[in-house]
Amino acid sequence: MEKEILRKELKVSAIENGTVIDHIPSASVFQVIKILNLTEYQNQLLIATNLDSQKMGKKGIIKVSNKFFKSDEINKIALFAPTATLIIIKNFEVIEKKKVEVPDFAENIVKCFNPNCITNNEDVNTKFTVIDKTDLKLRCHYCEKITARKNIAFR
Amino acid sequence: MKNKSLISINDFTREEHIRILELAGAFEKRPRQHILADYVVATLFFEPSTRTRLSFESAATRLGAKVIGFTDSSSSSVTKGESLRDTILTVSNYCDIIVMRHPREGSARFASEVAKVPVINAGDGANQHPTQTLLDLYSIRKTQGSLDNLNVAFVGDLKYGRTVHSLVQALCNYKTTFHLVSPLELKLPSSIKMSIKERNLEYSQSTDLLDVISKVDILYMTRIQKERFSDPLDYEKVKNAYILRNSMLADARSNLRILHPLPRVNEITTDVDDNPMAYYFTQALNGVFVRQALLASILGVVE
Repeated sequence: MEKEILRKELKVSAIENGTVIDHIPSASVFQVIKILNLTEYQNQLLIATNLDSQKMGKKGIIKVSNKFFKSDEINKIALFAPTATLIIIKNFEVIEKKKVEVPDFAENIVKCFNPNCITNNEDVNTKFTVIDKTDLKLRCHYCEKITARKNIAFR
Repeated sequence: MKNKSLISINDFTREEHIRILELAGAFEKRPRQHILADYVVATLFFEPSTRTRLSFESAATRLGAKVIGFTDSSSSSVTKGESLRDTILTVSNYCDIIVMRHPREGSARFASEVAKVPVINAGDGANQHPTQTLLDLYSIRKTQGSLDNLNVAFVGDLKYGRTVHSLVQALCNYKTTFHLVSPLELKLPSSIKMSIKERNLEYSQSTDLLDVISKVDILYMTRIQKERFSDPLDYEKVKNAYILRNSMLADARSNLRILHPLPRVNEITTDVDDNPMAYYFTQALNGVFVRQALLASILGVVE
């Protein structure tokens, strides 16, 4: 298993220092880039998607040089990429591996699935309380409707 | 409760609910008091609602307040394309409290975050209508002497009716036994039923109104709207099954009271109106006392 991951990581060059976000569902790779505001990133950024994965079939991976995310910043991606794992790299060495955690609140990341919600009709930031982290259910702070996993969309 | 907005029934604690009901009782005894003579109440009705608006305006006027506002968005700057945010920011310069009804869900919460004065939600789309829930609680408590340990039947459209959803949630605080009577297409949503289950309260579900009449203390009737059915034939099949007639009340408990948020169309026949169990018009009157209690306590004139 370890070997497998290492070999795949080598398909995308190793980074000297920074964060590797692995096991991203292929379909969510570009959303993750947006959520983490990496579209304007000035350092080296390696992106790969539709890589073979034993665990997931297909997966995506993002390697961000010289970037170490704060946990509330990185946990935002759990809403779209709950399977993602984080690998902290320093001097080409793996320093830490962890899974992303679904946050308690989500502000202005997710769209409310209720078309009649005020957030879909006026310039209002969305706010959700995560009421079920396993099944992923978010209650809208405004309309109080519940957006479930299958309805989650990026704002 | 001074300066606190009322957007959702859950914004106030059980104790605060009871406090409002007690205050409403005091206003029922003395409905005309000039305690709000220095205050301006704005009623912003972005969609028309005659009963709710008149009830609020009556409550405010009987306490001596001045009422400003509009009765539907066509007579406001909304037609010029003004955002809700701008309307609320502007109007909150002119008044001490805003009462608003708006067709979008969540609009009242948003308004309360923007406004410099407290906001009372008089209905935000299909979401919340907390003052209706409070007047329902007031009516139940007044007619039954308590809110605890009652058998309450909800009849009709339990799927879309927001008054039903809020009242079910509020009654979950009071050891209620629920009797849910509706066509299969209009059953109570599972998210609301979850509140009943979380409190381990008893409930039954049925499609037959006659099943429950003799078992309950409160019969909460609602209107079934034709447009809720995707197949008009399904509506035709069920429409007569949820009409309450006086003859059906023969075996009812003597303390039974019939509530309805109004407007009624045909779901309660007019021969019920003369039965002492009919309470829906008094229920509407109670709305004035409850709204007086809310205006006075949120404006900080009473505690």
